[in-house]
This record gives sequence, C-alpha cells and structure tokens, in this order.
Amino acid sequence: MSVSRISALGAIALSGALALSACASENNGAAPGAGSTAAGSTASGDCFSGDLKAEGSSAQKNAIDEAIKAYQTACADANIDYQPTGSGAGIKQFIAKQVDFAGSDSALKTEPKDGKIEADDAKASCGTEAWNLPMVTGPIAIAYNVKGVDKLVLDAEVAAKVFDGKITTWNDPAIAALNKGVTLPATPIKVFFRSDESGTTENFTKYLKAAAPEAWSYETGKKWTGKGEGKEKSAGVATATKGQDGGITYVELSYAQQNQLPMAQIDTGSGPVELTAESAGKTIATAKQTGTGNNLALKIDYATKEAGAYPIVLVTYEIVCSKYADAETGKKVKSFLKTFASDEVQQGLEAAGYAPLPTEVATKVQTAVNAIS
Amino acid sequence: MSTVTGVSAADELPQPDGKKPRQGDRASTGRIGDRLFGGAATLSGVIVIVLVTLIGAFLVVQAVPALMNNSASFFTSRVWAPGGEQPAFGILEFLWTTVAASTVAMLLAVPVGVGVALFLTQYAPTWLRGPAATLVDLLAAVPSIVYGLWGLVTFFPVWKPVQNGIEDTLGWFPLLAPTGISGGTIFFIGIVLSIMVLPIVTALSREVFAQTPTAHKEGALALGATQWEMIRTSVLPFGRPGVISAAMLALGRALGETIAVTFLVSALADGSSWTWSLFNGGETFASKIANNAAEFSNPGKTGAYIAAGLVLFVLTFIVNSIARVVIERRKAFTE
Repeated sequence: MSVSRISALGAIALSGALALSACASENNGAAPGAGSTAAGSTASGDCFSGDLKAEGSSAQKNAIDEAIKAYQTACADANIDYQPTGSGAGIKQFIAKQVDFAGSDSALKTEPKDGKIEADDAKASCGTEAWNLPMVTGPIAIAYNVKGVDKLVLDAEVAAKVFDGKITTWNDPAIAALNKGVTLPATPIKVFFRSDESGTTENFTKYLKAAAPEAWSYETGKKWTGKGEGKEKSAGVATATKGQDGGITYVELSYAQQNQLPMAQIDTGSGPVELTAESAGKTIATAKQTGTGNNLALKIDYATKEAGAYPIVLVTYEIVCSKYADAETGKKVKSFLKTFASDEVQQGLEAAGYAPLPTEVATKVQTAVNAIS
Repeated sequence: MSTVTGVSAADELPQPDGKKPRQGDRASTGRIGDRLFGGAATLSGVIVIVLVTLIGAFLVVQAVPALMNNSASFFTSRVWAPGGEQPAFGILEFLWTTVAASTVAMLLAVPVGVGVALFLTQYAPTWLRGPAATLVDLLAAVPSIVYGLWGLVTFFPVWKPVQNGIEDTLGWFPLLAPTGISGGTIFFIGIVLSIMVLPIVTALSREVFAQTPTAHKEGALALGATQWEMIRTSVLPFGRPGVISAAMLALGRALGETIAVTFLVSALADGSSWTWSLFNGGETFASKIANNAAEFSNPGKTGAYIAAGLVLFVLTFIVNSIARVVIERRKAFTE
C-alpha cells in the first residue's frame, strides 16, 4: 500500500519533469522577428535584433553578463544568451556550430589533444580562420584566513610549497622570511583546492610551474594535483577558507572580495605586488602574442619580474570565426563584441572582480573585432 | 441485470434460454471503460520498465568503450584520471564514501524514524498526531540544496567542536581517526543525509504501524503486556516489512543524493593515503559526476563518469532487490 503510493508519486514527478523539460526546450528556436531599424543610440551604432548564442568558460560569466546588460540597454531587441558550461563544452559546441561564439579559458590548442587539433577543427567548421580574442582578464588571488594576519607576502616558491603540503604551519621560517615584522601564529595551514576541473586551477598551476619549477614538480592542468582538501567551485573554496582559521586557497578576485578574504601579495623578485586591476593588467600587457594578425592568442609570462606586475592572471577568450558563413551572424557577433571590448564596458568590469584589458591589448582586440565579417 | 461495474454480472443466474451465466473476468473485458483503464495502467507499467531498461542500456553503451581503454583496475584503483591519452580510473574511493556515508545515515535515521513513527501512532495524543505527521512530511519537501546550505552555514560550525572532541578522545579507533580534513567529512555528510531521509522512514513506518490490527494490540494488552511489550509483540512484527522497505527507499535516496553532498564534501587530493576513518573526506559517485559535468570534454572521459554512474545504478538496484527479498521472506513468516 504505502509502496504503491510512493510509486504513484514517482509517476507524477516523472510526468512533471517531462513537462518541464518540454517547456525548457521551447526557448531555443524561434527568433523574434520584430526588427528595430537602426537604433542609433548604441555605442557601437549597429544594433541587431534576434538571438545570439554563446557558451563556454564559467570564469567570464559575470563579465559577459555585464557586457550583455550594457548591450541590451542600448539594443532592447537583442537577445544574447551565454551558457557557462565550461571552456571545453563551449569549444565543442562552437565547432559543432551550435553556438555563434565560444568563451574559453585558453586559446584554441594548436597541438593535437585526444587526436584532435582544436584550431584546425574550428577552422574547418568556420570555413575561415578562427580567432582567439582575449576579452576578460581574471586575476587569481591567493586568499587566506589567519587570525591576526592581514598582510601577507608570498613568492612563487613558498606558495608552491604551501600548496604542495611541504610547508605546514603559518610560522614556518620560509614564510617568516618574506614577512618580517609580522607575527605569524603556529596555526596549521589548511589548503583548499577546487575539486571540479577548472581553468582557475590550470592557470594557477601554470603560474607555480613557470615561476617555481623546482618547488612545483607536478603537471599543470585543470585537475588539481597538489595537496589539501577539495571544495566545489570557487564559491566552495572561498566559503571553506572563510570558515577555517589557517585556511588558504586560490580563487578569482571577485570571490575573495565578496568573502572579504585578505589576499597575499606576490613577490616576483622586484618587491611585493598587491593584486589590483592595474597590477594584473600589467602582466597581460607584457604577454607575448602567439597568434598571427588578428588571432590574438596570448602567452602569459607567469615568471615575469616586471616591477608592479601581478603574475597570477587568467585570460579568457572569445573564440570567433574571422568570417562567418552567415553574414548576418557575423554582424551580430561583431556588434556585440564591439561593445564588450569597448573601454566603457571594460572599465566597468573592475567592479565585478575582473581587470580591464590594458590599453595596448584592448586596441588590438578592437581592431580584430572590427575585422570580423 | 447487468451492473455498472460489470463485475457482479457473474452472479447472474442462468438465463431462461439455458445459456451459462457470463464469467466475471470475461464480462469486464468487453467494456470500453475497462479496456481503456486496463490499457492505460498496462501502458504506465510498461513505460516504467522500458525507461529503466533504456537508462541501463544507455549507461552500459556509454561506459563500455571507456572501460575498455581503462588502464587501471576499475573496481580497486583509487586513481581518477579519465582524460588524456592513457585514461586510468577506479571507483574504490567513491564506492567507500558513498556506502559509508549512506550507512551512517541509515544507522542514525532508521532508529529515530521508527521511534518518531511509534510515537506518532502509539504514544502521541490524538490531537497531536495530524500536525506532527505533517511537520515530519514537510521535512521531505525541503529541497536538498537547502539542506546543503543549512549544513554548510548553520550546522557545520555546531558540529565541528563535537567532531574535534570525538577525534581527540576516540581517535585510536580506526573508524574515528583524525585525518586533518576540516569539514565535509563522511560522518558529517552521513548526518545531513540522515536528516534528509528521516521523513521517508517516518512516513512509511507510520503508515504500516497505524494499520496494525486492533485485535493484535488489544490481545497483547489483554494478556497483560505493558505498552512497550505490546509494541514489541504486535506492532513491530506487523510493521517490519514496511520498515524495511522504508529503510531501503531511504537508502536509495541517500546513495544517490547529489546536490547537498556536492555542496558539503571535501574532496581528497591525489595520492592522499588510504584510511578507514569516517572523518576523512571523499566524494560520492553522485557528487563526483555532478561536480565535473561541466568538463566532459571527450567521449572517453564522459564514459568514465557514466561507468561510475552505472555502478551507482547497479548498487541501488541491488539494495532494492535485497529489500524485496527480505520483505517477501518476512511476509511468509508473519502471515
């Protein structure tokens, strides 16, 4: 009796779920036909009406949301949808032509991976070259929570040892040597890492590997290879660090700010550098361009010794076709990205925990966006 | 004299012309209402079976290619590196975490749930029964993410000193050894899960206890049994199959619970040493899959996670089958 009652409930729940999913799939097709002819009020001056679909990195979700908001204020008929499903998924959908452009934490890979070369696949899918356009800079903070310590300096080697479990207490001589005049407690260090695969982990380990190759012997990658305790996503590591005396983690700037976690300054060899939008931008400005022409894939020099440059940064790209098979789509992408790359939107990103692109890079990106057709 | 339902048509006397009266079941098949209802019910039953079969088939089809490429032992390895050229993945750790956390949840939830059900049916004053039962059912209606949030924000700070205390005093016992994991331990997850499954245990147990024949209970009391002895000799034996199926349903929920667990667990770093401690971290099948769903970048990797999902599917299936068997055997004894 009671068992059959439960199964009846199950049947109701099931039909409910089916009904819901049916609703969800309705939104995909149908482009609103209503045309807004030349609404000249926008910054880019050429609104489109209809749908623009993009998918990819969750690291740039908040940034692109800001850009979408800015764009839609000017162009009310434009409907831009960004799904933060992860870089890999975004690129896959872009190659499969399911979305108009992809957001990614790393540029399209030019070497074979799993038997495929992303850049070539994207090129084949577009029919023309696919471009990587750096659009959002996300500084990664080393956030910590130690009672009584609100200023901390680390260098790459000490950071690597901490995250590898080789330094286990806060008053370790190696940390003390970098923090003269600060009283460090004997609290054990609790490292929190991202238990999901993430671009943040990838960039942070890339930094450790590049700047302290001896102390960090692991491969770099999206999956954490050091020591510690894993928590779900950025919110998870930030919350865990907040709740644990002696905790330390690596997390995007915005999460550290929102949780009011103090952030370590990084000593790159020319003095401790505080994490600010400006110091992060400096590192981006020194990055080498690995793509040619308008393909702006960057190689960040994590081991940079430039004074005032904060080295742990993440650049997320928009991956676009240089020339879209459907000219209409090309126009839409161009129009939206123009807004995204514009100085107003980029400056506004700082409030959302990102760093604006430094002027040199921004100019190049704007040129590249203008060349999309 | 045919009737609306058609069933009592079988009671008709032989007709004057000597024909036999119509048979009950035959008579019912002729009517549109019967056929519609019977058909709809059969269809619903078939849909469920087909669905489960298809889900199983889907899991197998997706998992097999990945398993073929697996360079580690799927059941005994603790490595989880399904991407890349040389995929290597094993489920030992997830299996342990999943089973251990669910067991803790069961050990806590079943006695309490049965106790609540006994209180509501045998001890509580009548005016309290309705409202109290509704309150317990309300627990089941709380979305699991809320349990996750509550566990993380409210319950964890309360639990932490308790856990530290247990580690300090009983740490010599391998299951309770300190591990240095600050939060999201298997034990902690077990407690949160037990609260989530409590209403299932309670609601089903309450239903069966309430149906204990009054004759049984009064018989026991008439023979001089105390209230507790009456419960032990008549209510509990009568309700046992129901309690077991309630526990198994609850276990199914605990094994598969995803979002709250994902929210709370502390994953272990690669290469951390094996321990039996319930105060260690670890990921369950469901949390591992949910946490990494965004990065299923190639079919091999997806297949590895689906293979893990398949194990969970089979595990739940086994649990339910055991429950069925136990209930059937109990029935044979009690009736």
